[in-house]
Amino acid sequence: MSTDPSALTRKDFTPNQDLRWCPGCGDYSIHSMLLSVLPTMGVPKEKIVIVSGIGCSSRFPYYVDTYGFHTIHGRAATVATGLKAANPDLNVWLITGDGDGLSIGGNHTLHLLRRNLDINVILFNNEIYGLTKGQYSPTSTKGLKTKTSPMGSIEQPMRPCAYAIGAGANFVARTTDKNPKHLKATLERAAGHSGACFIEVLQNCVIFNDGVHSEVTDKDKAANNQLVLKAGEPLCFGENNEKGIMLDGFDPKVVDVSQAGEDNLLRHDPTIEDIGYASMLSHFSLPDFPVPMGVFRQTDTVTYDSMIQQQVEVAKANRSDNSLEELYTGFSKASTWEVE
Amino acid sequence: MSQETVELDSVIVRFAGDSGDGMQLVGSQFSVASAIAGNDLSTLPDYPAEIRAPAGTVYGVSGFQIQFSHGKTLTPGDHPDTLVAMNPAALKTNVSTLKAGGTIIANADAFTERNMSMVGYETNPLEDGSLEDYSLIAVKMTSLTVEAVKESGLKGKNARRCTNFFALGLICSLYGRPLDATEQFIDAKFAGKPEIQQANTLALNAGVAYAESTEALSVHYQIKPAELDPGLYRSIEGNKALAYGLVTAAEKSGLQLVLASYPITPATSILEELAALRHMGVKTLQMEDEIAGIGAALGASWAGSLGVTTTSGPGVCLKSEFIGLALIVELPLVIVDVQRGGPSTGLPTKTEQSDLMMAMYGRHGDSSIPIIAAKSPSDAFDCAIEATRIATKYMTPVFLMTDGYIANGAEPWSIPNPKDIPEIPVVQHTDPETFQPYKRDPLTLARPWAVPGTPGCEHRLGGLEKENITGDVCTEPENHALMTKLRHDKVEGIARDYPAQQIEGVADSDLLVVSWGSTYGSVSQAVEAVNHDDTDKTVAHVHLRYINPLPADLGEIIKGYKKVIVPEVNNGQFVHILRDKYLVDAQSFARVYGRPLAIDELRDEFISVLSTTKGAK
Repeated sequence: MSTDPSALTRKDFTPNQDLRWCPGCGDYSIHSMLLSVLPTMGVPKEKIVIVSGIGCSSRFPYYVDTYGFHTIHGRAATVATGLKAANPDLNVWLITGDGDGLSIGGNHTLHLLRRNLDINVILFNNEIYGLTKGQYSPTSTKGLKTKTSPMGSIEQPMRPCAYAIGAGANFVARTTDKNPKHLKATLERAAGHSGACFIEVLQNCVIFNDGVHSEVTDKDKAANNQLVLKAGEPLCFGENNEKGIMLDGFDPKVVDVSQAGEDNLLRHDPTIEDIGYASMLSHFSLPDFPVPMGVFRQTDTVTYDSMIQQQVEVAKANRSDNSLEELYTGFSKASTWEVE
Repeated sequence: MSQETVELDSVIVRFAGDSGDGMQLVGSQFSVASAIAGNDLSTLPDYPAEIRAPAGTVYGVSGFQIQFSHGKTLTPGDHPDTLVAMNPAALKTNVSTLKAGGTIIANADAFTERNMSMVGYETNPLEDGSLEDYSLIAVKMTSLTVEAVKESGLKGKNARRCTNFFALGLICSLYGRPLDATEQFIDAKFAGKPEIQQANTLALNAGVAYAESTEALSVHYQIKPAELDPGLYRSIEGNKALAYGLVTAAEKSGLQLVLASYPITPATSILEELAALRHMGVKTLQMEDEIAGIGAALGASWAGSLGVTTTSGPGVCLKSEFIGLALIVELPLVIVDVQRGGPSTGLPTKTEQSDLMMAMYGRHGDSSIPIIAAKSPSDAFDCAIEATRIATKYMTPVFLMTDGYIANGAEPWSIPNPKDIPEIPVVQHTDPETFQPYKRDPLTLARPWAVPGTPGCEHRLGGLEKENITGDVCTEPENHALMTKLRHDKVEGIARDYPAQQIEGVADSDLLVVSWGSTYGSVSQAVEAVNHDDTDKTVAHVHLRYINPLPADLGEIIKGYKKVIVPEVNNGQFVHILRDKYLVDAQSFARVYGRPLAIDELRDEFISVLSTTKGAK
């Protein structure tokens, strides 16, 4: 018997213990918005499950009053995959970070997205290892000085959304802890999508990488440095949407809308099957391009969990030789013999 | 031509050829035929790690040994009576294991200058008299096969590829094996390819005809059916038996079976076997790596299914962090380790028992885990059920150890009546009023299993230390000490369920042999050999299924003997566990040749130990 989801409120998911993130951490904003989305999904509370790996973000399951599993570093995607495949009826959220999901767990995240399990992956990207106290991560910018890169990181950073699109994810989005409204709307879009969702949240680590995203997320800079993606609308940004993106051959370029004409700008369409467009967006970065925010890509494909369930049901319907007696003979008496 | 039939009690045949010669197929078909003939049997597939090594090379030789008998057979035997050698390399690598005066049936067509020089034969061993101590029968198998399959239309290479069935027909005739099952197999396997189907059948029958009409093969052999208990039988390999055991365990516990694994030799065929059983409700997930295999299996267990992962040694290394998680979150999980030669990639296709220490101790933290080990292919069926019972009753991951020998070896299996297999009672907690994630059953110390989707039992699991009863995160020192003890005591308590340990052989002896896993067959036959020889020397034998925790009565048994010896296919591992646990001066008999222990070597060792044991009993 399921409980009635219509009566759920934020309070039903509020934990009985204190949240132990640093004061000012971006995680609070993400936590707050997810708690406001969970009761609105029409899903009974007991079917909502939160799985995480290791890292600051991965403490998340302890802070939501529902089923939760704080697993091991990088491997949450594997546990979530087994959980969802075993019981496709569950509503599964996976909380991870740039280290957990892209470094140690890069392999598993990729395969979860590729297989298209109906799981929502929220990746908190603060471009630093927080829980081990400030080492560079796979998303840290080149040159970042940390305790393990005193002369500056020499590594090319990963672009989480580009990675997810390359892995074949059908739902890829970016949002930020500093814009709760956009964050909430993005989570709602993911909640409503059937299939693997990848949401990169630009999240601030107030202790070890404070202000890492401020060029993008600060209120006074957002208009010029963010490209807010809206389906069907032209790619515009700036205080008065005076700047836009158009294609010059195969290359995108930033143009003055009044000179280029709005009709010549690219129009956002997240439903394009080909990954070229979404992939192009995922490589936009400052200072040459504004940072896209919103849903890059949202296409529909049948999910892994529904397919495995369907295979079982089809096989059961098509074959009646499903008893242990028949199994033991290898479904054929040809290789058995009777001893009197 | 007159034919004589000689009755034998037991025969060992070894087929050997190139990796591409189809020796495994011939061996397994001959096993099925021998099983149908009613003999007891034990097999040892013995193949290289390369799929198709260069033709004619020594390292490309693939072998298949079978012992079949009227009496009891527990091993594939030490020394073949008959060697079927399909080329010079196969002869070269196997002739030394042949019994004195044994029979060699060689494919004379394959003894070309090139093939012989490749393996260092300067003259043709089939002609130079070097094999005069054996009964040598050189047969132009390839040309006879090509001739026989002519009417099918098959020519050249395709015709030559039927030679393995010629050899099979010849051997089947020589030992009076029925052909029906092989003919049915050919019909099924080549159903869509009528020429190949016809050609292989022709080759098979040509082999039979050759054996019936050749002077050198005028003596045929008969091996009467074994005196097995009444019932329905089949021949079964360990991996298949294990897969059937898991399906049975799922049905008996009322749980959905979810297997999540990554392909690895020699465990892969369990995954393949179960992947074909969707119609029995089995879900298999071929994951991206070994870690993902156990992670998904644990996720499935959390969801309330029977989560299982199958692997071999290198895979266990990768899974160990997850095993620790499974131990602290206390969820049922079956981890199957089909051991192979190590360390590292080691000997992927050869058997070994060298993962025991890793299973026992290979994790950080105090993390005791139940370990059980199968003793034979068919015992893997029972052990899969037992592993599930322990996992679900005690809410714990369980190691089920087999090895390459058990996995690929076959023996007759008395097919059980499913109704005779006890149910595995599993209770999943649904009452929110009484639910506390770590409130334990007072007897088993198992915590309740409340699965996602159960209203009112929402709770959090994780790798951080848990507070007793509530399951909240807790780093208090006293709580950690208590939880460490509870986890340990829970596993120790499993021994309460064990049956009394059986002493085989002559209980009243000076020497006790303690064995575990796949050595059972070799050890018990060696013990029997000592106990039935014409000396007054005797040996007692205890074989363990339960490795952790050890049976409560084992200590007392061990104390009753002057000498204790522990044979293993590793460099001495279980012997250290016994020495540690019982402070006993147990000796090790360790052999790591990638094959089962040899019976005669064990027997000699037991006799030698007894000869140095002074004083009365």
